[in-house]
Amino acid sequence: MLPNIGFGSLVITLIVSLYAIVSALIGVKKNLYKYVESARRALLLSFPLITLTALCIIILLVNQNYEVQYVYNVTSSTMPLYLKITALWGGQAGSLVFWAWLMSIFASAVTLRRWDRDLDMLPWVIIVTSVTLVFFLAMIIAFENPFVRFWSVPGHGEMVAMFQPQGGRLIHPMDGRGLNPLLRHPGMIIHPPMLYLGFVSFVIPYAFGMSALITGRKDDRWIRLTRRWTLVAWMFLSIGLILGSRWAYDVLGWGGYWAWDPVENAALLPWLSGTAFLHSVMIQEKRGLFKRWNMILVILTYSLVIFGTFLTRSGVLSSVHAFAQSAIGPMFFIYIGVTFIISLAFLIKRWDDLHSEGIMTSLLSRESLFLVNNLLFIGILIVVFWGTVYPLISELLTGQKVTVGPPFYTSTTGPLFAALLLLMGVAPLSAWGHSTWKTLGKAIWIPGLASLILLIILIVSGVRSVGALIGMTLSSLAAFVTIHEFWRGAVARHKRSGENYLVALWKLTARNRRRYGGYIIHLSVVLMALGILGIEVFQTETQGRLTPGQSLSLAGYTITYKNLDVFDVADGRNVARAVLSVSKNGKNLGELYPRRDFYYDSQQPMTIPGLRSTIEDDLYIVLVNWEQISSQGATFKVFHNPLVNWLWIGGFLLVIGSFIAAWPTPEKDVEMITKKVMNREYGKLASKSS
Amino acid sequence: MQVTDQKLVRKGSQKKFIFGGILIIAAIVLLIITNTKAGAQYFLTVDEIKDRQNEIIGKDIRVSGAVLGDTIEYDTHNLILQFDVAHVPGDNKEIDAQGGLALVLHQAVMNPEANRLHVVYEGVMPDLLQNEAQAIMTGKIGEDGVFHASELLLKCPTKYEEALPEQSAQS
Repeated sequence: MLPNIGFGSLVITLIVSLYAIVSALIGVKKNLYKYVESARRALLLSFPLITLTALCIIILLVNQNYEVQYVYNVTSSTMPLYLKITALWGGQAGSLVFWAWLMSIFASAVTLRRWDRDLDMLPWVIIVTSVTLVFFLAMIIAFENPFVRFWSVPGHGEMVAMFQPQGGRLIHPMDGRGLNPLLRHPGMIIHPPMLYLGFVSFVIPYAFGMSALITGRKDDRWIRLTRRWTLVAWMFLSIGLILGSRWAYDVLGWGGYWAWDPVENAALLPWLSGTAFLHSVMIQEKRGLFKRWNMILVILTYSLVIFGTFLTRSGVLSSVHAFAQSAIGPMFFIYIGVTFIISLAFLIKRWDDLHSEGIMTSLLSRESLFLVNNLLFIGILIVVFWGTVYPLISELLTGQKVTVGPPFYTSTTGPLFAALLLLMGVAPLSAWGHSTWKTLGKAIWIPGLASLILLIILIVSGVRSVGALIGMTLSSLAAFVTIHEFWRGAVARHKRSGENYLVALWKLTARNRRRYGGYIIHLSVVLMALGILGIEVFQTETQGRLTPGQSLSLAGYTITYKNLDVFDVADGRNVARAVLSVSKNGKNLGELYPRRDFYYDSQQPMTIPGLRSTIEDDLYIVLVNWEQISSQGATFKVFHNPLVNWLWIGGFLLVIGSFIAAWPTPEKDVEMITKKVMNREYGKLASKSS
Repeated sequence: MQVTDQKLVRKGSQKKFIFGGILIIAAIVLLIITNTKAGAQYFLTVDEIKDRQNEIIGKDIRVSGAVLGDTIEYDTHNLILQFDVAHVPGDNKEIDAQGGLALVLHQAVMNPEANRLHVVYEGVMPDLLQNEAQAIMTGKIGEDGVFHASELLLKCPTKYEEALPEQSAQS
């Protein structure tokens, strides 16, 4: 019953979304709003319909209906309730439904806004979001149906089908296979939804960009309308990436957080183009430059979002040959290719309309530095893309499959990230339009001096790694410049209004949320850079086999092995847990419990490190092996990861900064002026289209 | 006169942007090329390694094979792991044509005729290292024909329905 309701609801959503596309097209063709309104309502209907489908899946998961293949694959009876619910995105079919559900929420939200001034864009926004939705629904219905069940058919044996085959009886397995234990981690439960929220919200700026292209609007209205969407998308994507890294750090037990794996790269790519977009739209808003470039960026981001959705969940990335194996692979590629080409065709059609309203004059101007920022981000994107597809290219060209490992990525993106850090220090001080070395030098000398002093302190204190020295100096410069900017603003405000410094700082930020929110994000990036430098450059490790009472030392810590217990836990795990006491310079710091969980249902072991985390450093201990009965010896691997906590602290700050930057501005007067301009623009374009 | 002056200034000023942009792009391209050359690893099968043993000594190689469970030896004092892998095709299409990864791995382990490679790896024994798992190793081949792995990834066909990042099997 439930599977049929869920599946039926999916099919109805597909039909309704197709209707929305057709009706919106008719509305444009006949220039009649009632058709567009009908399309809008159809799109709004998709949300309750997909919600129903998602609810059906969740009820099946919670009720342990193992006759449904998806439920069988991702849950088992030992899993707690919250994991059964979140198993909705534990497999590919469910996560595609989840994706479509988020898409329907965002599409509904965007069509519910007041459209009076931008009515000409509405039908195209409906069409673009609906086409995306239709594609995902079609993929789910045709290839990844979460409601297919196990049937036993006389004469044919067992089979998997949506509807009851002739004479078929449902098979009810006793228990499911259970969610992969590696995925049973809070970070992994929130990570996919965050990533998906980011992916899906990037569809909205793309939809507006396309509607601006199609309707022939030359202004930056689409950018202003979607500024907040872009920022929110970017924030979710960032949270998703950070949580994914945290998960890898906590669960995978190899002392790192990022391995330049194709799955990770696939999620990073849209983030890179999205970050470039976030910066370059400001040039169009302020100076009317780079209109074409912004279109290219938003189209690229959309394609990468679809690509990322596919790669992160399908498990086909280890080899590209695997794409051919599932029908869904070629479909995704065709969809990405077709939408990309159509989008570019629209852009080329409007190419001449989107000329810049001015030119850049000064190399040190803000817009010029933004351009460099964009080149660097796209450069990193190309590096990551190249590394991901290199095995394919080499195989095509030479017949010999050649791959590049993590060292390729670190040594290639390292200088580019360093250049970005430098830009982060310099660009906030440059002026729009025209800047000279002199004005820039005046603004930068105090923060510059401060980072120079830091550099000397670092060298004196014995830091010899060139990479670390460059990285620390550049990130400190960016931090000092940003803090100095806050300081200057607060002092000026204090002098003008007599408010005390804290109030001045608060009001300063509140009145220029976008700017100071952006600065806070910059600071968060500096903190993250600090954490990354700490673990990449200063990580040390040791390993050894200990019998109770013996110790290992690393970076001033002494780790003493006390004992080890092996026991069963009620949720279907066998746990081997070691007790270690940790001390530093003779001071006792408590105990750590690295362990190995063995999951009976999936027959898979999982290594959970013992972690002592401070803002200064992390002590990360992995239980490698143990002797069951005899000598009670056990082997440990110990990592010392300096400063890595700042990576996660920076992540929190990034969210705060994004919220500040995205918070609606109360200043009405600014809004009024744009309204006037827009009304005029709109009138002109409306007459053109009629 | 004034107008032409301005135009000249503009032209000149645009040139420096183009020049600067090209400089940055060239630097990025250069970085990619040099680092690709330095970081390249060759994908080979066990058969190919046996065929071309002499010419590939010391080169970075990535090889995959079926783990022979009986041969796994782990020295927990020094964390030295040794095992043998049997040849499996490198091409996924070929693997599929032969009946899927699980079957291919099983047959490779059962077939005494298949080429085998002895692997030495220093480090933590991965959770998934077991009989008939697919080991994907990065490292160098020594003159004695032993493969010294610096990185070891494992895949078990039955357990990897989900897309997990490859690093999940890393240690």
